[in-house]
Amino acid sequence: MRHLIDPLDFSKEEVDSLLDLADRIQADPEAYQEVARHKKLATLFYEPSTRTRLSFEAAMLNLGGSVLGFSSADSSSASKGESVADTIRVISHYADIAAMRHPKEGAPLRASRYAGIPVINAGDGGHQHPTQTLTDLLTIRRRTGRLENLTIGLCGDLKFGRTVHSLIKSLTRYEGIRFILISPEELRLPDYIVNDVLKAHNVPFEETRSLEGALPRLDILYMTRVQRERFFNEEDYVRLKNSYILTARKMELAPAHMAVLHPLPRVNEIELSVDDDPRAAYFEQAKNGVYVRMALIMTLLGLPDPKAKQEVTEC
Amino acid sequence: MLNIDEIQNGIVIDHIQAGTSMHLYDLMGLDALNCGVAIIRNVRSNKMGKKDIIKIEGDTTGLKLDVLGYLDPNITIAEIRDGKIVRKQKPSLPKRLVNVVRCNNPRCITSIEEECDHIFELSENGRYRCIYCEQELQVKPR
Repeated sequence: MRHLIDPLDFSKEEVDSLLDLADRIQADPEAYQEVARHKKLATLFYEPSTRTRLSFEAAMLNLGGSVLGFSSADSSSASKGESVADTIRVISHYADIAAMRHPKEGAPLRASRYAGIPVINAGDGGHQHPTQTLTDLLTIRRRTGRLENLTIGLCGDLKFGRTVHSLIKSLTRYEGIRFILISPEELRLPDYIVNDVLKAHNVPFEETRSLEGALPRLDILYMTRVQRERFFNEEDYVRLKNSYILTARKMELAPAHMAVLHPLPRVNEIELSVDDDPRAAYFEQAKNGVYVRMALIMTLLGLPDPKAKQEVTEC
Repeated sequence: MLNIDEIQNGIVIDHIQAGTSMHLYDLMGLDALNCGVAIIRNVRSNKMGKKDIIKIEGDTTGLKLDVLGYLDPNITIAEIRDGKIVRKQKPSLPKRLVNVVRCNNPRCITSIEEECDHIFELSENGRYRCIYCEQELQVKPR
């Protein structure tokens, strides 16, 4: 049984084919509106989420399936002390596939070891967020037409930013990728990503404190929020939360072809004035998230692609 | 001076860093073993100055010897049959450590999940990482 726990659980070829499926779904959503009929998705969200949970639910509903689940640990048996292992064993009898978000790192991996159904990591603490990565890859590919030969700036909280960790892991598999890591010292990328991912794969990268200095060289700017919920100390959060704010004025330094991505939600790290800039891709990114999750659910459930079948027949 | 050939059948773990043999005893689960165990501490050694030795007499099947490679790579393990050394080896680094050390990352699922094994795997660069949160194992236990 396949799960998606780590961004590298799918090979590069599998990711490319999943993005292709997302493209086909977006081109003709009606063709896919019954493919998951009678299938159920369990959304096990131990931590608040708007986009990820609702996009998973929208994805399953768009495929003709149903959704059940909970949206906070308080409304689940976790509040009574039930383990993740026990919860997933029970849910496996109620649903065909599960998406889990959990504040503790590794919880979805733990769940996958006891699950009788495919488990999708919908974000585990500050660790990984592989479905956001698929969304990011789809958005980058649509904006630039490629996933190779790109200079990508990652800005903000690179320490606890799970979307950043997952995106870096995935992009290192493509040729000609170069990263510019823009963060305050306290929120630098963790050493295990620097050593085991970037250095181990000879991926060129530089670390800087200056967003303005990096902007002219970027094909993609990936902004992140400084996440209050990841800090044990409120003072540290307050000191760091306004480290980087992207403004319309700073955007004047960026190339015309650059795309600005953000996993959302944003707080104040992108000024509202940037939203009207054609380079702002973050709302389009949120839309892409639904298509990519539809493709993922189909892939993990082994549901046939009606359009692919049609193409084969036509040949 | 103690001689290893005092044992007829079993294992002698030699060249243990002085003072750490009790820790090894716990981590190897020797208390659960139904055979004779001798812990000899602070033995004089030409190479090490001082060392510890553990002698285990009897059936050592199921003993967690792979842990030794992580705990102390300088250790030697001698297998004794009929009073003679039949095999002497240095332990290799185990691919995975299960419940040998605990993950100390408060954000890791192992910090709250009941009966969750603490598992570290050897990464490509020779370091151990928690399989759940990927935090690197920083220090060896003492």
